[in-house]
Amino acid sequence: MEFDPVLISRLQFAFVVSFHAIFPVFTIGLASFIAVLEGLSLKTGNPAWERLSRFWIQVFAVVFGMGVVSGIVMAFQFGTNWSNFSMVTSNFLGPILSYEVITAFFLEAAFLGVLLFGRDRVPQGIHFMSAVMVAVGTFISAFWILSANSWMQTPAGVEMNEGLYYVKSWSEAIFNASLQYRFLHMILASFLTGAFVVSGVSAWFLLRKKDTALHKKTLSMSLWLILFAAPAQVVVGDFHGLNTLEHQPTKVAAMEGNWERSKGVPLLLFAIPDQKNQTNHFEIGIPKLASLILTHDMDGEVPGLKDVPVDEQPPVAIVFWSFRIMVGIGVLMVLFAIAGLVLRRNSAFATSKPFLHGLRWMSLSPFIAVLAGWFVTEIGRSPWLVYGQMTQAQGVTPSLTGGMALFTLIGYVIVYGIIFTAGVYYLMRVLYTGAPSNEAVEREQLNRKAKRPMSAAEASWEIEEAK
Amino acid sequence: MEPVFDLTIIWAMIIAFGVIMYVMMDGFVLGQGILFMFAPNDESRDVMMNSVAPVWDGNGTWLILGGAGLLAAFPRVYTILLPALYIGVFLMLAGFIFRGVAFEFRFKAKRSRYLWNWAFSIGSIVVAFAQGAVVGSYIQGFHVVDGVYAGGAFDWLTPFSVLTGLGIVAGYGLLGSTWLILKSQGELQAWAYKVSLVLLMAVLVVFGLIGVWTPFVDDFVYQRWFGGVTPLWLLPVITLGFAWWLFNAVRKQQDGKPFVATLGLFVMTYFGLLASKFPYVVPPTYTLWDAASAHESQLFLLLGLLFVIPFVLMYTAWTYWVFRGKVKKGEGYH
Ligand code: HDD
Ligand code: HEM
Ligand code: HEM
Repeated sequence: MEFDPVLISRLQFAFVVSFHAIFPVFTIGLASFIAVLEGLSLKTGNPAWERLSRFWIQVFAVVFGMGVVSGIVMAFQFGTNWSNFSMVTSNFLGPILSYEVITAFFLEAAFLGVLLFGRDRVPQGIHFMSAVMVAVGTFISAFWILSANSWMQTPAGVEMNEGLYYVKSWSEAIFNASLQYRFLHMILASFLTGAFVVSGVSAWFLLRKKDTALHKKTLSMSLWLILFAAPAQVVVGDFHGLNTLEHQPTKVAAMEGNWERSKGVPLLLFAIPDQKNQTNHFEIGIPKLASLILTHDMDGEVPGLKDVPVDEQPPVAIVFWSFRIMVGIGVLMVLFAIAGLVLRRNSAFATSKPFLHGLRWMSLSPFIAVLAGWFVTEIGRSPWLVYGQMTQAQGVTPSLTGGMALFTLIGYVIVYGIIFTAGVYYLMRVLYTGAPSNEAVEREQLNRKAKRPMSAAEASWEIEEAK
Repeated sequence: MEPVFDLTIIWAMIIAFGVIMYVMMDGFVLGQGILFMFAPNDESRDVMMNSVAPVWDGNGTWLILGGAGLLAAFPRVYTILLPALYIGVFLMLAGFIFRGVAFEFRFKAKRSRYLWNWAFSIGSIVVAFAQGAVVGSYIQGFHVVDGVYAGGAFDWLTPFSVLTGLGIVAGYGLLGSTWLILKSQGELQAWAYKVSLVLLMAVLVVFGLIGVWTPFVDDFVYQRWFGGVTPLWLLPVITLGFAWWLFNAVRKQQDGKPFVATLGLFVMTYFGLLASKFPYVVPPTYTLWDAASAHESQLFLLLGLLFVIPFVLMYTAWTYWVFRGKVKKGEGYH
């Protein structure tokens, strides 16, 4: 049986990058949160902030470690599976991806070690500064990688010469048309991820009545953040969509499930797109709403999938549904933000059982939304790798056979499966153990010497035998 | 417009430097993994792991830098080597992941500790072998047509590359055992002395075989070494000098010298390899200049790198300084 190397490489890339993405998206948000905790600790001297910060740094350490191991794989994916693409774009993407690595490298070398292990060795102010630098570093890292991705969506600032891109203007290429929207949207997504995980975990502690005073603080903080960030994300998402409409109309057509270019298009709430027959089944929609959202006019014209030949259409159903999942979760987040505000009265947010249980479940939602969002972005641009200029089939490694690609795909699934299980299991142990007690904090001070990411976590691997 | 400076040479030096830094620093860490299951007992394993725990993950970053730097500065190398070594690269990455995670989790596990022992050991051996095989296939050269790799999935796996793979496993093992001599005491150190002698013999035999075989694998190399009298002949002589120094230092049970001598052995072999191929980077097709990216791309990245590298070197030196001295039993960094 023959396997298609392009299809399998796409699956493999989607798998490894999705796996990688869930870690940084969390660490970006969490890093800022930790910086705030450290700042509060420095300013007020209240030991509660330090205990909280210690606890969340442990979580950060494990997640960061997983981000690093999966990031290493990413650095080689472009060469192994997409060597033609890498060659053609190397003059631009090479330096940009390297800058991402250098940023991470530099921060790891300088500040991460101090943040994770230096609490008792450096003055508190320096420790706080390191926390801020780590947070700043995650933003810079995200900036570079999103610049690379955005350039592939909306290429600019380059010139093709004898089959290779040459950079004409670094600033145009780096700050290409979709970068600002994508960056803002992604940063907000990271904040929401951090906030929902922190609030979910805090809610869980409150439900278990463990260190309630402590975790009520972080619950309150994260709810304030959500109150601001969730609606902002909807607004930014809308702008992001308008930008996409301008540059990648076919992607928007797939998001809307709209086949014919037409006026007064309804917003579909439900439909089963049928790519073969170029139509939808079981449509349920709100009349004219899509036109209104996309053009700010009830009778505005919305592009259709049939504007382009069938072989230039992306797989519609995945894009259509991923988009709905993301937006659905976005709306749900806004609802939680409002509920959190209403429950402020009498501090009910920290006692209402249904609300706390709801938050517990919501801690998974940002990860689903983030992956769904990336599916929209990436699958929606299919079959293009560099939008309108280079297709996936042109970018794939010529010598790659379907069998080879399948071998490594299965390999990565197995390796990541094992690692992920171990990591999540251990993370649960860290969470279950909870914030260190005051005595434990003192004991720690004695034997903290190393600078390895995950070793900052102190929970033991096995569940202690019942005493 | 002709650029004022030729950055290609600078970039070649940066990458060559990154590679040897990586080989020396991760070499002795991988060496712990290679020797791990042969160690006298589980206590020794604790010491072995602790001796490298504070420094290991900084080392891996040199490799990532090499990968990304290659794409930016020598895209032809990146886009031909990775497809050619497709399966090998996967094995190496998988080995890396297991080794890295084992580092983190072994100390926290009790009942499942033996699993992490194996993950650490097998992961390290696979990584070392894959890297050695890369060197071997590099010496053999790659089948390239119109700028893209045109060979098969297993072209890299030949008797010659298996030999170089074993050579690196033995070599890293030696780096690991001499590092242990430096960092340990008592029973473990005595064991490390014994193992070092065995490994030295293995390394000499394998490296010797490779040295004799290499010129016949590739005509270019043959011409370079035997085309006339050349100063290159000094390299094997110095290499043997280091081996002799190592042998004596181990016999006299000296503490630090065996490790230094092993580093010397590695650097000289590396120079020999570079000298065999220069100026080709994708043998036998492309020279450094054929493989280079655009001047402005090399410049753009160089600016950032020149800023970062000094910091990284300083920090690395500082870490080794902080964690100097013997690792005692029961004293952990975890
Ligand atoms: C917490 C996560 C999260 C939430 C709640 C939302 N998004 Fe989102 N979205 C992302 C996380 C995300 C993302 C993962 O960050 C993506 C993928 C690529 C990107 O730039 O951001 C994305 C992509 C993305 C795109 C595709 C852009 C492109 O063409 O490449 C659009 C149009 C939207 N989003 C719009 C929205 C709207 C209207 C939302 C409001 C309800 C929304 N998103 C909520
Ligand atoms: C981090 C979150 C990301 C996720 C979850 C993600 C997801 C995906 C998915 C699902 C595909 C398959 C598309 C298809 O089937 O048509 C894909 C393809 C691809 N993406 Fe992304 N992506 C992410 C980020 C990036 C970034 C940052 C880059 C570049 C710097 C990138 C470059 C590519 C390339 C080269 C492909 C292969 C060609 C293709 O199938 O489109 N991706 N990605
Ligand atoms: C698809 C292309 C991607 C590649 C090739 C890639 C590569 C890498 C590498 C090699 C590392 C480890 C560096 C180190 O710490 O030594 C890393 C970590 C990191 N990556 Fe990615 N990455 C990709 C996608 C992303 C995306 C989409 C984001 C976020 C928007 C991101 C953000 C980060 C951050 C913040 C880190 C620091 C470690 C962490 O927070 O877990 N990366 N990445």
